Amino acid sequence: MSPETIIKPTNTETISSQRIVSISRERALHLLYQMIRIRRFEAKSAELYGAMKIRGFLHLYDGEEAVAVGVMEALRPEDAVVATYREHGHALARGIPASAIMAEMYGKQEGCSRGRGGSMHLFDAKTRFYGGNAIVGGGLPLAVGLALADKMQGKRRVTCCFFGDGAVAEGEFHESMNLAALWQLPVLFICENNLYAMGTALRLSQSVTDLAKKAAGYAVAAEAVDGMDVLAVEVAAKKAAEIVRAGEGPYFLECRTYRFRGHSAFDTELYRTKAEVEEWKERDPIKTFIEHLKNQGLVSEMDLNELERKVADEIKEAVDFAEAGTWEPVEDLTRFVYSEWRGV
Amino acid sequence: MKENPQMIRLTYREAVREAIREALRKDDRVFLMGEDVGRYGGCFAVSKGLLQEFGPERIRDTPLSESAFVGAGIGAAMGGMRPIVEIMTVNFSLLAADQILNNAATILHMSGGQFNIPLVIRMATGGGRQVAAQHSHSLEGWYAHIPGIKVLTPATLEDARGMLWTALEDPDPVLIFENSNLYNMEGQLPADAGPVDIDRARVRRPGSDVTIITYSASLFKALDAAEILAREGIDAEVIDLRTLRPLDQETFLASVTKTHRAVIVDEGWRSGSISAEIAARIMEGAFYELDAPVERICSVEVPMPYAKHLEQAALPQTETIVTTIKRMMHS
Repeated sequence: MSPETIIKPTNTETISSQRIVSISRERALHLLYQMIRIRRFEAKSAELYGAMKIRGFLHLYDGEEAVAVGVMEALRPEDAVVATYREHGHALARGIPASAIMAEMYGKQEGCSRGRGGSMHLFDAKTRFYGGNAIVGGGLPLAVGLALADKMQGKRRVTCCFFGDGAVAEGEFHESMNLAALWQLPVLFICENNLYAMGTALRLSQSVTDLAKKAAGYAVAAEAVDGMDVLAVEVAAKKAAEIVRAGEGPYFLECRTYRFRGHSAFDTELYRTKAEVEEWKERDPIKTFIEHLKNQGLVSEMDLNELERKVADEIKEAVDFAEAGTWEPVEDLTRFVYSEWRGV
Repeated sequence: MKENPQMIRLTYREAVREAIREALRKDDRVFLMGEDVGRYGGCFAVSKGLLQEFGPERIRDTPLSESAFVGAGIGAAMGGMRPIVEIMTVNFSLLAADQILNNAATILHMSGGQFNIPLVIRMATGGGRQVAAQHSHSLEGWYAHIPGIKVLTPATLEDARGMLWTALEDPDPVLIFENSNLYNMEGQLPADAGPVDIDRARVRRPGSDVTIITYSASLFKALDAAEILAREGIDAEVIDLRTLRPLDQETFLASVTKTHRAVIVDEGWRSGSISAEIAARIMEGAFYELDAPVERICSVEVPMPYAKHLEQAALPQTETIVTTIKRMMHS
């Protein structure tokens, strides 16, 4: 079975501000560094999956890096993040150490969820990272609740909720949009539209494929952005987060992106053509950003080599940390089913 | 009967309302949300008057979005609040089953102990009001299957009044099942009645010949049965489980060790039920103490019918408890 048509990357009307945003060399290198470390981390994860060091499901983020990196620039330390099962990139960009993430995927107790969660359930209280949620759409109500708590406590914080285009078909998406708008809650909804719910194309699962319109139907401020363009995402996310933080209600940002690898390690990709993937790879967010920065004279080959070396060191350290990690004693199996403290 | 001046007369409904009111007064983090809890006053009138007293921020009407408002309760609990989420009936809770099982019960574990969820979910349960097969089931036993949550089934006024605060103090999600037949039950309670424990069963009637293990509204059928049996010289001990998870097996094993006979009365269906769990625990913990096989009186395995005679035939009844125990004693 082959797909009827190639889904082209060019037929979208989105904000694309790469050419209009001026950026300092320092900022440019920072964004590039974040995207490259995600890309290399994922490559290492795939390799370690092949080596059977990492097991379970593994969903990689290649191609979508500009979304997590751009959006995180709009968040502050006190904000909260609710992510999906394809969340290594979000966790890294949010500031969870690569070592703690890698150790988690190894199932070691030094992992960010003590080896209880694995690749799909990265959690971190320090950065207010509330998962790693692997029921599609299930994270949206949590984000609504976190934002409700902030609003009721008078805290000016943003809850940023990532989900894919597949989640838009779930009832929880619609219930959450309505509730967030009805109660004017400070949620920044980030829809990572990579055009496929696992293997089902958006056009085969949605009667209306312009997803921002669905959010707008609930009176949620909504916009679409080129999710392959880190500067465009950053600009759009900052504007959205500002509105949310100001107490003007939720915001829905659709980031139009593409997943370069299969849905998970088990995906044989029967539902799309190689030509389609190649066409999207022309718009690789890292490649195009480097080209842009070189044209602007902001980065040199030497800078890139330096970045790559820094990233390679960080990933090597992460793997070493995971390898050296320890297994939680089996006697501790039933810990964390209930809290080990009582109180108010 | 002369009333003790320190006692007040109230219904189960009022006891629950007082518990909610006390929690709202004592802790600013507490709020109530659910369908029709505010302007309508609660579909069982439990929260009547609370909107006027506490305002719409804390008595929060929700859309008919069980999954979203239960999930929002989980999120709000993680965000520092102490939500009480009301779901109209246990059948509707299935629309939020994803949030209860996949999030409320798992996040503490999945996060390696980093995020606990101090959430209370209240819902009505039980049959007997002729509201047929989508409003009458007793699925609390189902929820008791799930590690990570606690399942409370207050039967008495004291528990209706006292379990909520203790549940709110608990760091983890607690589900409270209120049998809708109990809301109009009237009785006396000390004016200063307060919090009660939520992890121990209680012997509601001591006895020496047989142990009746039950919970929620069936407690009163069991107590009635025990009185009838007493007139025939059979002395039944009645245990109110109060909490289905964690299950206080010490209390019922001690009782069975004393009486050597056990009958479990459970409004849930028999197959795969909490009654099956209790029977198994008796086999594991008191097998050699038994003088007769453990008996179970459960709801007949049909979706709850509308017609009154059929519905009553489907539910555990006092008469069945009496005849079952008499048969056990004479075998």
